[in-house]
Amino acid sequence: MAAFRIPKGIPVSKVLLNKEDIGRIITRMAHEIIEKNKGVSSLCLIGIQRGGVHLAGRLAARLEEIGRRNIPVGALDIALYRDDITVRKEQPVVRRTEVAFEINNEKVVLVDDVLFTGRSIRAAMDAVMDLGRPSAIQLAVLVDRGHRELPIKADFVGKNVPTSIDETVKVEFEEDGLEDRVVLEWV
Amino acid sequence: MGLKSKDLVGIKALDAADIEQILDTAAGFKDVLGRDIKKVPALRGKTTVNLFYEPSTRTRTSFELAAKRLSTDVINFSVSTSSVVKGESLRDTALTIQALGADFIVVRHSCSGVAHFLADNLASSVLNAGDGTNEHPTQALLDLFTIREKKGVIRGLEVAIVGDILHSRVAKSNIYALKKMGAGVRLIGPPTLVPDVLKDLDVEIYSDMEKGLKDADIVMMLRIQVERQGKGFFPTTVEYFRNWGLTPERLARAKKSALVMHPGPMNRGVEIASDVADGMRSVILDQVTNGLAVRMAVLYLLAGVKE
Repeated sequence: MAAFRIPKGIPVSKVLLNKEDIGRIITRMAHEIIEKNKGVSSLCLIGIQRGGVHLAGRLAARLEEIGRRNIPVGALDIALYRDDITVRKEQPVVRRTEVAFEINNEKVVLVDDVLFTGRSIRAAMDAVMDLGRPSAIQLAVLVDRGHRELPIKADFVGKNVPTSIDETVKVEFEEDGLEDRVVLEWV
Repeated sequence: MGLKSKDLVGIKALDAADIEQILDTAAGFKDVLGRDIKKVPALRGKTTVNLFYEPSTRTRTSFELAAKRLSTDVINFSVSTSSVVKGESLRDTALTIQALGADFIVVRHSCSGVAHFLADNLASSVLNAGDGTNEHPTQALLDLFTIREKKGVIRGLEVAIVGDILHSRVAKSNIYALKKMGAGVRLIGPPTLVPDVLKDLDVEIYSDMEKGLKDADIVMMLRIQVERQGKGFFPTTVEYFRNWGLTPERLARAKKSALVMHPGPMNRGVEIASDVADGMRSVILDQVTNGLAVRMAVLYLLAGVKE
């Protein structure tokens, strides 16, 4: 009998995290953020478009439950700060940056779904600096998949997932009409 | 995603999806303009050259500022102090500018077709800032952006364009753009300036302003070029105002929620009364601000076109 072969070109995937896992992780990360910052005062969350925005909203909701205090949440578009604009095949879509609060002297927690090369985070830090001068910037990510190209490290990590470079990590959210889950795909 | 051509020569060559994409992108840039730091590093290292063969302050300034806010270097090539006065041809001037490393060439010229000619002859991206009586695409895009911002939609609106349609590149680009986006277009003005052949553009034509404005959602006024007076198009500017000037009484014929637009520069008392120009329904200054966002969006999107 011939050995089973995966046909070429068909993506194969594995669910890394499901809805319950993600819920538990967000609760844990919220507690970690509070622990590190000794509370939630002068704390604000800024999600990176698009996945990070959903995640920031949920983290903020948990933080508000635990800290009993309103947490400002914003959305950051980094398209105009990317370092690969002139080498990409297509221009990244420009989305809105909505940060309707002062970030001067506040602690900003940047939130993204997947931490990969670190280049998005570098762009995001530049974008944040153009909005003001926060007292600190921290980084929270749902998945850290490795392969950093810049010296960047997350302060809060949902799950560390060692990956190979040709795999992709897809994060899907209910907010986009999908089921909450994190999927590892490879071709 | 992405535009198909390296150039923006006219609205004619765009489809509804292209226009939609430019307007969506411009919305992102509009909020950059609302910040304390209005500059983004997106096009760092690129060069924009403004090549204006016709006088212009607002379009040139708007392109210059848009290019600077995207971090490109900007050179204003002023024709009156250049080799053009020594007899250099348009093509040679443009090739020279390209050889200096210009990524974007913004051109305005009194001859229709100049932008098209340069686009065909240059590897740089060519942006038409007005060519003769042909097109002025970024003006139409900023007008549509303003309409969409204020009204939420473009499809189904009735837009009345009033004035010298025949010589107006602004009107032409707007007609193409509005039709592509599903709006109804009416043209209003004296038959000498709004000839019947324009019906071919799938628009309604009125010489009676009261009739033409009835229930319009948008009233778009055009500048009457005072130079045209005495050329047989209309007797005097006073008479023009009496028949086709936008007064509060005439504006009352349009919908209560109608917006008044004008691409500038305005001739108060010729095509528009001051009360209307400065009135509650005027969005003329919004148009200027939105022009910046739209031009940033166009530069940004053209930079992504690989040919």
